[in-house]
Amino acid sequence: MSRKEIDQATGTETTGHEWDGITELNTPLPRWWLWVLYACIVWAVGYWILYPAWPTLTGYTPGILGQSQRDDVAQAMLQLKSSREAQGRLLASATLQQIEADPNLLQFAREAGKSAFGDNCATCHGSGAQGFKGYPNLNDDIWLWGGTLDDIKHTIQVGVRSTHPDARQSQMPAFGRDALLEPKQIADLTEYVVSLSGGKADAAAVARAEPLFKEQCAACHGDDAKGKREFGSPNLTDREWLYGGTKADIQAQIVNGRGGVMPTWGSRLDPMTIDALAVYVHSLGGGE
Amino acid sequence: MNANLVSTLKTVAAETNALAAEGVHRVDAQATNSAAVRKDYVARVPIYPKLVNGEFRLLKWIGMAMMLGVYYGLPWLRWDRGGTAPDQAVLVDLVRERFYFFWIEIWPQEVYYVTGLLILASFLLFLVTALFGRVWCGYACPQTVWTDLYILVERLIEGDRSARIRLDKSPWTLDKIGRRAAKHTAWLLIAAATGGAWIFYFHDAPTLAANLFEGTADTTAYLFLGILTFTTYWLAGHMREQVCTYMCPWPRIQAALVDHETLMVTYRTDRGEPRGAHKKGQPWEGRGHCIDCNQCVAACPMGIDIRDGDQLECINCALCIDACNDVMKRVNLPRGLIAYDTHDNIERRRKGQKARIRLIRPRVILYAVMLTLVAGVMLFGLSTRATVDLNVLRDRNPTFVRLADGAIRNAYTVKVLNRGETARKFLLSIDGPAGLDVKIVGIEKVAAPVELEVPADRLRTLRVLITIPAQSLTEESMPVAFHVTDAAIGEVRSTSTVFLSEEDEE
Repeated sequence: MSRKEIDQATGTETTGHEWDGITELNTPLPRWWLWVLYACIVWAVGYWILYPAWPTLTGYTPGILGQSQRDDVAQAMLQLKSSREAQGRLLASATLQQIEADPNLLQFAREAGKSAFGDNCATCHGSGAQGFKGYPNLNDDIWLWGGTLDDIKHTIQVGVRSTHPDARQSQMPAFGRDALLEPKQIADLTEYVVSLSGGKADAAAVARAEPLFKEQCAACHGDDAKGKREFGSPNLTDREWLYGGTKADIQAQIVNGRGGVMPTWGSRLDPMTIDALAVYVHSLGGGE
Repeated sequence: MNANLVSTLKTVAAETNALAAEGVHRVDAQATNSAAVRKDYVARVPIYPKLVNGEFRLLKWIGMAMMLGVYYGLPWLRWDRGGTAPDQAVLVDLVRERFYFFWIEIWPQEVYYVTGLLILASFLLFLVTALFGRVWCGYACPQTVWTDLYILVERLIEGDRSARIRLDKSPWTLDKIGRRAAKHTAWLLIAAATGGAWIFYFHDAPTLAANLFEGTADTTAYLFLGILTFTTYWLAGHMREQVCTYMCPWPRIQAALVDHETLMVTYRTDRGEPRGAHKKGQPWEGRGHCIDCNQCVAACPMGIDIRDGDQLECINCALCIDACNDVMKRVNLPRGLIAYDTHDNIERRRKGQKARIRLIRPRVILYAVMLTLVAGVMLFGLSTRATVDLNVLRDRNPTFVRLADGAIRNAYTVKVLNRGETARKFLLSIDGPAGLDVKIVGIEKVAAPVELEVPADRLRTLRVLITIPAQSLTEESMPVAFHVTDAAIGEVRSTSTVFLSEEDEE
């Protein structure tokens, strides 16, 4: 026989559930609460009719409003483009130097450049343009191909060792891999290069390598080993190393002669974006 | 005694007595889950609060007039700020990203003032609740105020409690249709005005009002007008006490904020019981003062009987106090059978002790101190708020850059905020370790200090590059300070940050 459990204090029926002496009152819900549930169901049905809702075997029910998030994104991108149009025109008509001199244009170019950098460049150069081994740091004052606004813009347009006919081209021979030098000679050259930037090196090896450097390396890196921008050859006397500065790193570079590829962006990005990117990279701090 | 309890006791009694047939006891059992008994949902029972007169009703009328007056009127108040700033006294300008409150102007960067305001409001709420119970619910909550207004309109059109009950039960005559139509029209108009007033806080009120009527206002304006019209009409006209009882979390929370010394609307059981009808000439000795006239129940907008004690539903609006005082006057008894009183006082009087009110209690002191503290900090902040501000963010990616000659460079994003209404010239200077070299992107020559022009009510962002030669790098973290000075009035703001580098690995 079941009997209603009644709570003495309130006179309300309980659910019969008890936790640590606390029983749950079986208070009826307000009726309107039920109507809210029904209203939600009606709303959901309306939603199914109006918006994309149910998956089908080949696709989904599109809804009679024809709403699509892809279209929304496209719309938003168009809006963004048109909202940038006025300032974009200014950007296109101004020289890079004029952009940097005008606080408003500079701000706009930096913001636009930053987002374009994140989309296109950060994969290799890092989100802060700090670079990685083999990918140059764009914040410092070391520029293989020049660090003026125009140099940077040109590099972005044509790329490095890319398929573009005017691409920045340079190729260090793979002295070891292609057997252009004996391993002994490479070991001596490594000592020599380490000594150039003030590192500890074997003096006898350095002396042996000096004529070898003049013969094999100076044509591109210069007699003073400070690099030549027209060849895109790096300065070997400073403390920054694209492929690492330890003895092993340097030796590996002489053996393999690595050279990375930067794609050509002139055909992929619109001129305004390239201008914005040039200004952004230049304003990171190292710009000349 | 409760009806359910009574029926249960009857059931128990019946089981022991009745015979179903010779030798068979009839068990008066009920199927607990039979559809006839089971009630999962209850419909709202309409409440017809009766008009009362008294000091609390008067206080509520005055409060209602003031609060509604402020709400509807404030957006129309003008306040000349000069320059290009809007001349509306209170304006949340989402487009220009400014909040204006009379002489105060807040930028999005200073949203902590809003946080402070909310903390202030919380402590004020805690304080008054600890002192006087749910005064917020009873007097100031928009749900209460608008419901009160809607009941006033209802009363003007359909009459007081008994007339409204009669009208509800009466068939649909022309008179009923007319009154109902008038009531709902009036409610909808008030609702529309309420929604309208809300959106005026976000736009220039006269312009938006004109646009609204011309049909040229923003879609969002109409959307919010529609939403708020609906919620006002529905919540104040139809849902009323259901909002407080079922939707609002505050009745649950406030239980933690009151104690035995909190003044709450209380039926003084020590004086009122035992209750019962009183015949003329009968003595008052040996019985309670409550004559069970139910006037307090009729007046209650929440539909409760205050004589049942503290209840979740009670919003402490004190209308039952007014109702009861009126009755006490008519039977020549002292006022205050229902009054703002404390639990402890009832106990004290029962024990023959003197009732007393302890307003100053630890929690009251705590809330008051916190309130004063937060208010003090806010006031100090607002009164010393400079019209120029300086934010400096050091680049974290990369943390620092090593240059070809071994020098280290850090980059900083410097924002100079001009909160004034005119364009101003500032001098930016930087202190740091010896040998520090400063470059600012876009500025040709950097002679210290740098002169900057910042337009009125705007901020200017600079990218500042500081380079320190290798021989000057004595610490991994060295202090750097930025100062910005308004040369004309000598106002200075400074921000300290650091210059980071790394010990050379060699």
